[in-house]
Parts: sequence; structure tokens; C-alpha cells
Amino acid sequence: MEHTLHLQIWPVLLFPLIGFVINGLFGNKLGNKVAGWFATSMVGLSFIWGVVLFFKYQGAGLHGTAVEQTLFSWIAVGNFNVNVAYQIDPLSLVMLLVVTGVGFLIHVYSNGYMKGDPGTPRYFTYLNLFIFMMLNLILANNFLLMFLGWEGVGLCSYLLIGFWFEDEAKATAGKKAFIVNRVGDFGFLLGMFLLYSAFGTLHFSSIFSEANTLFVDTGVITAITLLLFVGAMGKSAQIPLYVWLPDAMAGPTPVSALIHAATMVTAGVYMVARSNALYSLAPISQNVVAWIGAITAVFAATIALVQNDIKKVLAYSTISQLGYMFIGVGVGAYAAGVFHLMTHAFFKALLFLAAGSVIHIMEHAFHDAGIHDKDPQDIRNMGGLHKYAPFTAWSFYAAWFAIIGIPLFSGFFSKDEILAKSFGFNPWIWALGAFGAILTAFYMSRLTYLTFFGKFKGNKETENHLHESSKVMTVPLVVLGVLSVIGGYIGIPKLLGGSNHFEHFVASVAPEAESIHHLSHGTEWMLLLTSIVLAVGGLLIALAFYHWKKISAEKTAERFGGIYRLLLDKYRVDELYNFMIVQPIVRGSRWLWQYFDAKFIDGFFVNGIASTTKFVGDKVRKVQTGVIPNYALFISVGTLFIMLYFLIW
Amino acid sequence: MTLPVTYPIVLSLILFSIGVLGVLTRRNAIIIFMSVELMLNAVNLAFVAFARQFGSVDGQVIVFFVMTLAAAEVAVGLAIIVALFRNKNTLNVDEIHLLKN
Repeated sequence: MEHTLHLQIWPVLLFPLIGFVINGLFGNKLGNKVAGWFATSMVGLSFIWGVVLFFKYQGAGLHGTAVEQTLFSWIAVGNFNVNVAYQIDPLSLVMLLVVTGVGFLIHVYSNGYMKGDPGTPRYFTYLNLFIFMMLNLILANNFLLMFLGWEGVGLCSYLLIGFWFEDEAKATAGKKAFIVNRVGDFGFLLGMFLLYSAFGTLHFSSIFSEANTLFVDTGVITAITLLLFVGAMGKSAQIPLYVWLPDAMAGPTPVSALIHAATMVTAGVYMVARSNALYSLAPISQNVVAWIGAITAVFAATIALVQNDIKKVLAYSTISQLGYMFIGVGVGAYAAGVFHLMTHAFFKALLFLAAGSVIHIMEHAFHDAGIHDKDPQDIRNMGGLHKYAPFTAWSFYAAWFAIIGIPLFSGFFSKDEILAKSFGFNPWIWALGAFGAILTAFYMSRLTYLTFFGKFKGNKETENHLHESSKVMTVPLVVLGVLSVIGGYIGIPKLLGGSNHFEHFVASVAPEAESIHHLSHGTEWMLLLTSIVLAVGGLLIALAFYHWKKISAEKTAERFGGIYRLLLDKYRVDELYNFMIVQPIVRGSRWLWQYFDAKFIDGFFVNGIASTTKFVGDKVRKVQTGVIPNYALFISVGTLFIMLYFLIW
Repeated sequence: MTLPVTYPIVLSLILFSIGVLGVLTRRNAIIIFMSVELMLNAVNLAFVAFARQFGSVDGQVIVFFVMTLAAAEVAVGLAIIVALFRNKNTLNVDEIHLLKN
């Protein structure tokens, strides 16, 4: 059954594509300013089209049915048919609005942040390509087109992390992100192969409608979902493939906000929510997803406790929050997971943009004060910035309250919904999530306090040069600040007298799995109050450390020296991977190069064949005497042999 | 009494072998040349013998062709030998190895 919308989907993708092509070809001629605003307006148009699509869809009264529009046939080989076709349904609409909306704000902000950078046109080219690829990922109506977007955003991520590629560390960080993602993509590919062999198609609605009715073995579904989740682990930075995300902070800060916080890293969550029909059939996969999410949430939060780089704290915070989303989609509360995805996109994009603004302010202050050896990203150099950067500070507070789950802020509703659902699935997962919540409250409060409150830790000269960032940067901050506050009101749970519009909207395509037990009102209230207590508790502990100085942070670090250093070194996971995987590969490759390639391939095959030919040639050339009678003799002997041959056979 | 075909064929074989041996063993270019002629005529003999055996004129016709060809060859070949002798001052083929190097 084909539903029509009387409105085309493809223009949404066309705008950023135009921006990419024009900026890619003529960006340097257009100049930084024109290129930047052109790219921004293209994403803006895309957002407007998305909003129109949203209202058209709502007006059509489709109740969650997908509207599909086929552009052209992409691959048609025998029974294997894949179209370039897009679909609109509540899930992709939510993603569409988040990606283009937050993307637009970040584009605006980038105009201020990248001011004066000679690579600006290239930057906006990549950014528009990213939006285009991300839209392919979320609007595709089949797994292969989704995978195209999946790979495309990975490419853009690589290009933008290594944007300042003259710095080798940054180029290396880009490579690391790309290679770690390859591991995940391998799983995704295998999952797709298995999907095709089981269902004979990669088309979403065909697969999902057949998943229930078709006689497909649960084991196969479990294998498919686990393999797809391996892809999600890579893209959405979950244990054990999360190591690339902290390094990805080498890219420009708006990139961290857009790609590595708000949109691309949530692709895994979207994919699981999209494949809900499969995951709901595979309890083992559900458990794996939920447990990995829960462990990641706590694991990353503990690292974030002690980091001193403002972006590193936010990076680990992102990994941790992604863990929460996976708890949501893992336990089968897909709407809750996607809800947190959306609120997180608001407040985490804001946190990164505000951090970018802080870094910008610090950089300029250091520069103007003639200090070159201090790290503008180190929170130990900051403090008391509220006075100098009020817009940045206030919007940062909005995101701070949202992420730690202070009531009435957006993160409160989404995180609480995830925790409540996880309690109905398995109380132990809830316990991990709750523990993560208190850690989150602590590290975010610590970060906020050390950055904006207290006394400035630089010298007087630097302090005189602290100035708030330009309007172009602060306006997106304020908009996102407002969204971080009110973004949760579309999903107020019934318990608090709301009607949870968001859940109804998304649940029409991603209904809750049956694995969640229904909770009584009493239990729900208990969980809600616990969340609030944990959030406020974490906040107060942080204040006790850094404001009231009741507990000395230095002494605590000293007393738990071993643990402190372990956390500061990020559990030395990078070192472990380096020792267990990277080094053996490097050594193996070196052996292959110096022995196998040099001795065997080059020595035996290449040079061996040449020297054998030369040796034989040296021997045989003596036959070529140049004396005619010898040749005549050979001819005669040859003729004799031929005659013998005919005589004998 | 008719002559059995074996006789002329055997004679032809002997003549041909003498020719081959002559080409292979002799060093004088003119002798080699004559040996080649001998081989040609041995073949002619075989042709005629078989033509008679099978009652067909084809073999006899081909012999005429071979004789014309041999005549042409003699003309060209002798010219080459004369030219060779003028250049090299010898007709010993062992000393004539222009193909080498």
C-alpha cells in the first residue's frame, strides 16, 4: 500500500548536496564569508522543508505508517534489487528535525568559530556533505542506502577530525576514528548479508513486516541483531569500540558538537530503534545491548570524573549518555531511547558549543596576553568565567541542569523514562544507570564550577583580555539553551499529568517490547524521586568538593592514588589495545614486509623468476651458433622425430 | 612385367638420405647446394613413382613445378654463392657465420 504525501522528500537532501557541490568546486573563489553563509542557508532550507514535511505528515493522519518515495533503481542484479528510495515516518521525522535543526544552529555558530581560518570553505564543504550523508542514513528505506549514509558520515567524521591535518596528532586521531569504525562496519556488513540471506531483501518495511510472520529462526535473528549492534558499537562509541571518540575531539569544536555529540554518534541508536521489530524478537540481543549500554554509561562517567580537558570531559560524557540511549533501546523502550537522543542532541550540542566559546575566549585572552604555553582547553586554567561570558555561562547552565536531570529540564524527562523502563526490564540495569546518574551529576557540576565559578586562575593580564564571543556564536547557544530547557515538555510522562505525545508519536513505528514489565504508580514515584535525589546529591557532592571545600579534592586524589591515576589514564584501555591489537599487527606487518615480502615475494618470485630466466638463457644461448649447418642438423633431427612420432602412433 | 613401386621409392629414399647427409656433413657451399638439388630430384622420383602407382597425373604435374622451381633456385643460389665467394673469399660454411652477433 503506497501512501502519498503530495510533497517530495528529496529536496531535503538536495539542499545540502548543492551546498557541498558549490562549495567544493568554487568555495575558495567565494571566500570564507560567502561560503560559510551559503552552506548555512542550504541547511536552513533543508530544515524548513523538514518542518513542512512534518506538518504535512501530521496532517495526513497516517498514524505511523511510512510514506515511501522511490527516486530511481540503484542496483538490480537478479533477485537483488535496491532502490534509492526515502521514507518518512515518525522515527525518521524526529531524526530529520534534530539533524537539520541542530545542524543549522551549528552551521551558524561555525561562521563565528571558524572566522579567519583559511580552510573555511573546505570546512563547510565537509559539513554540508555530512548533513547530506546523515539524511541518507535516516531517510533511507532500505539497509543498503542506510549503510551508504553510515559510511558517508564516517568519511566526513574522518575528514573533519583531521581538519587541521598539518598537526600529525590530529591527522592520527582522524585515522583512529576511521579504523575503529571499520571494525564496527564489518559487523554491520555481515549483519546485512545475513539479513539478505534470511529475508531475500534489504527493504525495511518488507523485512519488519515479515519478521513476525515469516518462519525465520530466532537464532538467525539474534545473530543479525548482534552483528548490526557491532556496527552500532563502532559508530555510537560503545565498549569496546569507544576509544576513537575521545580522540575525535581533535577536530574543530562545532564538529564535535554536530558529529560527535548530537547526530552521527546517535546513528547506532537510531538503527536499533529502526530495527525494533528484529530486536524485540531476540531477547539475547536485547540483553546484550542493554548491558553494554549500562556498563558503558558507568565506565565512561567514571573517566569523566577526573579529566581536566573540557572537551575530554564532554567526550566521555557523550559516551556515557549514548550508553543511556542504548539502555533505552536495549530494554525495548525505543521511544524513550529516541527521546533521550533528541534531548541529548540539544543539551550536548549546547555543551560543546559553549565549551567551544570558552576555548575561543581563553585562546584569545592567552594570545592577547602573550602567553603561548598554556592549554586553553584545560579547566585548571579557567574559573570565574561567568562574569566575562554571561551568555555562554547561562546557556551552559541550562545544559548542565538538563544533563544531570534537574526536574523540569529536558534531560530529566528523558533520562527518567529510560531508567523507569529499565527497572521494569532488569533492576540491575537500573542500578547501573542510577549509579551513572550520580557520577554524571558530579562530573558535570565539577566541570561547570571549575569553568564558570570561583576565581580566575590565570594572571591579571590574561583576565583583562577575557571577552564574550560574538553574537553569531552566542545566539545559537541561547536557542539551544531554550531547547534544553523546554525540549522535554513534549514527552511529559503520564505520572506527572502529561500525555507523553512524543512516546505516542514514536511508538507508532517502534512499539515498546513485551520484555518490559509494567510498574505500579508507587514504584514509578519511587524511581522518580530516586533520580532527583541522585542528581541533586551528585551536585551537592561536587559543591562540597569545589565550593565549600569541605572535602579536599587533592587529598582525596592522594588517598585513592591508584584509582585516581587509573581514571586519569582512562583505565589505560588505549595502552591495552595498543599492546594487544595494534602492536601485534604492527609486528606482524613488519615481519610480512621485511621477511615475507622482501625475501619471499621479492626474493623468490620476482627476482627468482628473473634470475632463473637469465640462468637458463645463458645456458641455452650457446645453441644459437650462427652456423647454418648446425641449424640444418637441428631441422633434420626435428623432422626425424616428427616422422618417428607418426610411425609409432 | 611391371616394376613394383617399392624399387623407385627405395631408390628415392636412398638419394634423399644422401642429399641430407651431404647438406649436414659437407662444408663446401657448392657441394651443399648440389646435395639440396639431389634431395629435390629424389622427391621428384617419388612423385613420379606414386603417380604411376595410383594412375594419376597429379604427381607428374607437380614434378614439372618442382623442376621449374629448382631451376629458379639454382639461378638465385649460384648467384648468392658467387657473391659470397667474392666477399668472403671462401666457400667453407664454418667460416661464414654472419648470423652470429
